[in-house]
Amino acid sequence: MMQEIFEYTTLCLLATTLLCLYRAIVGPEPWDRAIAINVVGTKTIIIVVLIGYLFDSLYFVDVAIVYALFNFILTVALSKQIEFGGL
Amino acid sequence: MMDCIMDGVTVLFLAGGLFFFITATIGLLRFPDLYTRLHATGKGDTLGASLILLGLGLYSGISTTTAKLLIMMIFIMLTSPVATHTISRAVYNKGVKPWVREVDG
Repeated sequence: MMQEIFEYTTLCLLATTLLCLYRAIVGPEPWDRAIAINVVGTKTIIIVVLIGYLFDSLYFVDVAIVYALFNFILTVALSKQIEFGGL
Repeated sequence: MMDCIMDGVTVLFLAGGLFFFITATIGLLRFPDLYTRLHATGKGDTLGASLILLGLGLYSGISTTTAKLLIMMIFIMLTSPVATHTISRAVYNKGVKPWVREVDG
């Protein structure tokens, strides 16, 4: 029962991630791509945690923590790149 | 009985998180400007991720995994608004004007 609910939640999140990838690829300006990448990163964290619950191997939670750290650093570096043209 | 109640609460939290994620996606796709898109994604992402992590923590009960999920939730609630603010400040300092509706006449 709960496994199926986790499956459907993961599928819905994957569908919304694909919709966000449209903005990341087509997005008219560079900063539109930056915020789309930020959203996709947050959704990826949740998808990794849900995959850990689906496969009953909770080591995926540690991977998700590291991915959250990288997502924040990536966003700050991208905004520095946008503002100053370099790091 | 208690397990059934906790499962129901978990399903409620997952549904709320999915609702906020879908709202953020619609805003990201449909709004006309960077600032309005940030207005949609900055709040929707933070709340959606926090709600789903909280629901999964309730499903696990008291364990190490729940502690990790709570730490991750606090980290996301701290860093996601900071990231949103950083991007919007960078773009504003670059000189991009906010979008305004065209007025006839």
